[in-house]
Amino acid sequence: MVKLTIDNKPVEVAEGTTILKAARQAGINIPTLCYFELAGMKFENKPGGCRVCVVEVEGRRNLAPACATDVMEGMVVHTNSPRVINARRTVVELILSDHPNDCLQCEKSGDCELQALAVKLGIREIPFKGEQSTYKTDTTLSVYRDMNKCVMCRRCETMCNKIQSAGALSGVNRGFQAVVSPAFEQPLGESSCINCGQCVQVCPVGALTLVDNIGDVMKALADPKKTVVVQTAPAVRVALGEEFGMEPGTIVTGNMAAALRRMGFDYVFDTDWSADLTIMEEGTELLHRVGKVLNGEKAVLPQFTSCCPAWIAFAEKNFPDLLDNLSTAKSPQQMFGAACKNYFAQKIGVKREDMVVVSVMPCLAKKSEVARDEFKVNGDPDVNFSISTRELAHMIKQFNIDINDLPEENFDSPLGESTGAAVIFGATGGVMEAALRTAYEVQTKKTLPRIDFEEVRGLDGVKTATIDFEGLPVKVAVCYGLANARAMMEEVRGGNPRGFHFIEVMACPGGCIGGAGQPYHHGNSDIIRKRMEATYREDAGKPIRKSHENPDIIAIYKEYYGEPCSHLSHEQLHTTYFDRSKKIEAE
Amino acid sequence: MSKIKLSADKLNTIKEICASFGNKSGEVINVLHQVQGKFGYLPAEVQEAVAHELQMPVAKVYGIVSFYSFFTMQPKGKHPISICLGTACYVRGAEKVLDEFKRQLNIPDGGVTPDGKFSIDTLRCVGACGLAPVAMIGDKVYGRLTPDKVKDVLAEYAE
Repeated sequence: MVKLTIDNKPVEVAEGTTILKAARQAGINIPTLCYFELAGMKFENKPGGCRVCVVEVEGRRNLAPACATDVMEGMVVHTNSPRVINARRTVVELILSDHPNDCLQCEKSGDCELQALAVKLGIREIPFKGEQSTYKTDTTLSVYRDMNKCVMCRRCETMCNKIQSAGALSGVNRGFQAVVSPAFEQPLGESSCINCGQCVQVCPVGALTLVDNIGDVMKALADPKKTVVVQTAPAVRVALGEEFGMEPGTIVTGNMAAALRRMGFDYVFDTDWSADLTIMEEGTELLHRVGKVLNGEKAVLPQFTSCCPAWIAFAEKNFPDLLDNLSTAKSPQQMFGAACKNYFAQKIGVKREDMVVVSVMPCLAKKSEVARDEFKVNGDPDVNFSISTRELAHMIKQFNIDINDLPEENFDSPLGESTGAAVIFGATGGVMEAALRTAYEVQTKKTLPRIDFEEVRGLDGVKTATIDFEGLPVKVAVCYGLANARAMMEEVRGGNPRGFHFIEVMACPGGCIGGAGQPYHHGNSDIIRKRMEATYREDAGKPIRKSHENPDIIAIYKEYYGEPCSHLSHEQLHTTYFDRSKKIEAE
Repeated sequence: MSKIKLSADKLNTIKEICASFGNKSGEVINVLHQVQGKFGYLPAEVQEAVAHELQMPVAKVYGIVSFYSFFTMQPKGKHPISICLGTACYVRGAEKVLDEFKRQLNIPDGGVTPDGKFSIDTLRCVGACGLAPVAMIGDKVYGRLTPDKVKDVLAEYAE
């Protein structure tokens, strides 16, 4: 242990602790900008570049960056001396000297960490007039880039390379021209980007933001000829409340349904319903594959989940040889779209082209997923627009609705009923647990002795378990963060030595609850933890907790699809994947 | 699937150089150094191939190429001109010499003439400070340059 003094407070911390963390332990929050940590999730970005966290260390000539300076025995640190405050102000003034002053219109306004710093330090003028950058803005279907606002914190680069191993972004050029960019400054959409959007979730300023689809949804709502249907993903209900001042982990399912109805959506349905449908299809597919192998026939194992569009894009770009390992089941968003525009539109006598399906997702990759050609019929997408949790919150505010004041309402029928198994789709391990609940009972024809699979829960990046299906050991793995998925894929490519049958992958930290479309967590992993706890609370409180017992799911198979993996469900609820890798060829 | 095409010769050269460094991504700077030595410059498709061989993101390769002024994505001229802007040369008027080269050839710093004959780059000190200001054309050193000598120097390369 090392003893030191910070702002006259004696502090004792382990060797190797930074001044920043030691100060936090003493209850002193040194301001930071580039520094970013997701505690417990192996994400730390500390390039020591912004110098906002500088502190004075007695006996040292220069100020020290607290995030990148380890404590030493007997150190005397001042975090708020006049010299420190003056330096910190100057640093922020310099950062602001080439930052566009368009806070009023900026998407990040209110959530911007640079803005918050300027407020905290009481910046009233910017004494330096610097050169201004003139980068062209760039957009994918999910992510909007305005590099003129970049402060070179490089959080996005760390996220893209270390956590997601997507390798789309890198610091390029030098000096004032230095910027984070794809190779050759090509558009992000032409790079190895997989639209996970985690760069947006960690960007402290408005340099990386989402592609805003609020206008498209407003237009549809205003069109009397359109029947507008909305579906809401599992992870949205445990995070939306944060945007209305509620504690993280508050469940707002009923209030959200009420708000959507008041905004004019004709049918308020639930992606949880189609999550149950996904389990039926994906679980059946898994049992088919495992059954074949048990019969001595050939089948591709392990099966990987296919709910996460960033993961799918990642697999298509990096592992074209393993695409047969992906479940062919569409994601819940797309299953909903297909069922809604085929089964439900027909049921209520609305023409497909007169129906607009909107999804509310914790995700930015979903915006790219809706645009995939496979999910369109004669150019008409099954899901027209995907908006994020943050966009829904903005819309609700524009409608002058406070969800705190609303009564709790139910989803509409018949695409609104769901089980606890669907709720947990939002958290890492949730799809696996939901699938196990159903697969076990379908395979063994016995009731599960215990419904909770604790071994696949929690915020570890990789979890493995062996589940006993009455004598048949089923080996499963769960991971989030695509660098973890990459390691898993390489293991499978190398012959699957651990003999996995089923592997769940979600791109984002903690699963969809930590998605890029969720309210900004600003590096506070406790927020993600609380959303996860809320998810399992909601599950535990549901009267039905297994997908195959959902009465509306039973009904749609009886009335329409026949059985899971039937001809019709293959047509509507399953999909194919494409080799989107880069090949170097000699000519 | 997107395809990146390279001549078989080039691709083989890149593969050989990468292999000679054990295909380690940590050796990327050395690899790029040698590849540029062979081809004269590092166009995008060459960087893609290097990234592929070393199993690293091409964005990272480009990050390195764009950071170090030694690396270039543009082919150099047949007679590459390097003008020293080190301290000694600078105080003795190297900038005016540079401006005159730019004016005579009508290309910017880092540019190549349309006929591919000359290119202009700047560097920091060639170790001939006593001759300041200094420029190099190919391997030949020109000392004590002044703007009015530039025209004659270039004339030496008339064909």
